[in-house]
Amino acid sequence: MIDPDWIWGLVGGVLIGLGGAVYLLGNGRIMGASGILGGLVDGSGRRSAGERLAFLAGVVLLPVLLLPLYGTVDTHITENAVVLIAGGLLVGLGTRLANGCTSGHGVCGMSRLSARGIAATVVYLAAGGLALLIFRHGLGVV
Amino acid sequence: MRILLALVAGGLFGAGLFVSGMTDTAKVQGWLDVFGNWDPTLAFVLGGALLPMAVAWRLARAHRPVVGGEIPQPPTSPVDARLLAGSALFGAGWGLVGLCPGPAIASLTYGGTGHIVFFVAMVAGMILLPLVTRAAARRSTVAAE
Repeated sequence: MIDPDWIWGLVGGVLIGLGGAVYLLGNGRIMGASGILGGLVDGSGRRSAGERLAFLAGVVLLPVLLLPLYGTVDTHITENAVVLIAGGLLVGLGTRLANGCTSGHGVCGMSRLSARGIAATVVYLAAGGLALLIFRHGLGVV
Repeated sequence: MRILLALVAGGLFGAGLFVSGMTDTAKVQGWLDVFGNWDPTLAFVLGGALLPMAVAWRLARAHRPVVGGEIPQPPTSPVDARLLAGSALFGAGWGLVGLCPGPAIASLTYGGTGHIVFFVAMVAGMILLPLVTRAAARRSTVAAE
């Protein structure tokens, strides 16, 4: 049985990869969401601020344009403010400490068979699974 | 040209995150939750994304970027404690809420208050990191003395 969600996942994945390919072959840059945003907010990427802002504008704009085709989208996000804030802080700190996230290490790093990309991906997937084991199945908070 | 290409790349990335369902926290947590009702969608997303990128890296061997400059060299730093600790922290936050940085940005306009709270906390974490590492370095210097 093929779930339509899997097909949409594959289509979306190819679009994500094409975005990374344009950024690499066009601008000579690695498409990493945490690095592009992080360099902008901590000031380290001031010299490439225009490019970073244009990229982020594209990321925000396309879902806005596609949304009317879907009507409403339920993202099933938790309403627990403590979990939201703790999760956000961990994602922000962790991705900057590791110098990359799912797009930079996962998509761009693994596709060039980078040892750092593969190691990071194995660790964040395992940590995500463990967090759910503890906080969903153990404590029942998420 | 650089700005236009960045906008196109970001647009493809945002559209991909949206149609793949990666801004739906239940789908992402469903993939990470191997002990629950496991959802394999994310494997299709990652697999689909790796294909064009693998071709792009192959093309990058023989071509310079369109706007000039160089294709980034592979990282020279090894797999170190910083990479592993950072990825562990990131993964924990990702599992708790089901959002990583890309989808957190893509869903800002339609995810509601929860997404905005998460985004603000994520940006705070990004800004805080240099302060946290500096404080940790200072403490270890004091301890060493």
